[in-house]
Amino acid sequence: MIAVIDYGMGNLRSVEKAFEHLGCDAKIVESPDQASEATHLVLPGDAAFGDAMSNLRNRGWVEPICDHVEAGKPFLGICVGLQLMFEESEELGTHRGLGLLRGRVVRFPAGERIPQIGWNQIAIKKQSTLLSGVPEGSFFYFVHSYYVDAAEARDSLATTEYGVDYTSIAGRDNLFGVQFHPEKSQQVGLLLLRNFASVN
Amino acid sequence: MLAKRIIPCLDVKGGRNVRGVKFSADQDAGDPVELAARYDREGADELVFYDITASSDGRDIVMNLVQRVSEAVFIPLTVGGGIRTYEDVREILKGAADKVSINSGAVRTPDIIRQGAESFGSQCIVGAIDARRIDVSAGADPAWEICIDGGRTGTGMDAMEWVEQLVDLGAGELVLNSIDADGTRDGYDLELNRSVAQRVNVPIVASGGCGTMDHIFEVLTDGQASAALAASIFHFEIYSIPQVKAFLKERGVIVRDYDPSLIDIGIADPGSVTARAED
Repeated sequence: MIAVIDYGMGNLRSVEKAFEHLGCDAKIVESPDQASEATHLVLPGDAAFGDAMSNLRNRGWVEPICDHVEAGKPFLGICVGLQLMFEESEELGTHRGLGLLRGRVVRFPAGERIPQIGWNQIAIKKQSTLLSGVPEGSFFYFVHSYYVDAAEARDSLATTEYGVDYTSIAGRDNLFGVQFHPEKSQQVGLLLLRNFASVN
Repeated sequence: MLAKRIIPCLDVKGGRNVRGVKFSADQDAGDPVELAARYDREGADELVFYDITASSDGRDIVMNLVQRVSEAVFIPLTVGGGIRTYEDVREILKGAADKVSINSGAVRTPDIIRQGAESFGSQCIVGAIDARRIDVSAGADPAWEICIDGGRTGTGMDAMEWVEQLVDLGAGELVLNSIDADGTRDGYDLELNRSVAQRVNVPIVASGGCGTMDHIFEVLTDGQASAALAASIFHFEIYSIPQVKAFLKERGVIVRDYDPSLIDIGIADPGSVTARAED
């Protein structure tokens, strides 16, 4: 079962719907005990980093997420969910993240319109199951003002250019995070989600 | 590179799609669910539902439509029209929309933008304006007045000051509709788009006046808009979305190629929602 974590950070129906569409067994879960059967965890998120992190903490998600990842089970962070996987964010103050990967979340430099809204391309840096069949230069739907500055190059599976070249897909083993919204990215987004569901 | 977006707008009244000509005469342009499915297949970058009636009954119909469409398409959906309260914003985002577009409601109660952005994030709060040109003396900078109630009522507010305020309040994107150009098919108000794009740093969506592919090209280049919204040219199949994108691409504009056959993962035909429209 793919558990989509609902921690009070917005509408998750579109993520659940995308997995349903692919014929996957997906469920929105509101507490860690509902996720005890989960083979895969998905952490979405649209809101500010600090709020998202304190909601995760208050609802007792931090430990179950870390245990899940440590056990080598598949995990996917989407948008702010990706950012939360890293050590720290500078969005509205300094906030600590889950620290599953090393790096910081920083604001786009001046010069480009902020937020970045729309379809941008990925440059694949490292092949992985998540990207199986995904063409180089594919467009995905992005909405964000902050990006992940990954400390270790090997964690960067794909990059995207918007004023800077930044990590748009991060991953290590069965831990993955995407800055864009695969559930809003038509066929290629669904392909990526199907690839995630096939990781075991 | 970030692509310029092509956004078909579905003006919905009483559950039917209608086209606006200078915000008055209506001409039926077909079933919105069917249209949305077609736009999705053609590779629209987003969809906008604009609820022209926006009465409480009308709202239910539109939310029902949006929900049916959102179950079948995998692109972002924006809902606008008649959003007056924070409750409206919450309701629509809780439904199936990714963004809400707030126009007159923000003029009357600017705090809706701030509250919406604080609760749900700026990324889902779109500030929409209806702007009408005002006569200025020769040599002076062009100027626009903010209008409300579907463009019928002037407010005397200066558009450039208002867009800055909208962004300060937390709007993550702006839709600029020109009252003068709307429904004319004579082209977007390029000056309006350019002036706002130079004034604020959020993405700008141009609206009102699209009649040809050249108009779209102009507003995405000279007009400095990030996205172009159009209704009738798509509804009446004057141009298809792939046609517009090919036209732009030839002229060096970055657009998203969408080829559904590129990746066949057995997605149900989005046209299947058409049948459910009769439910």
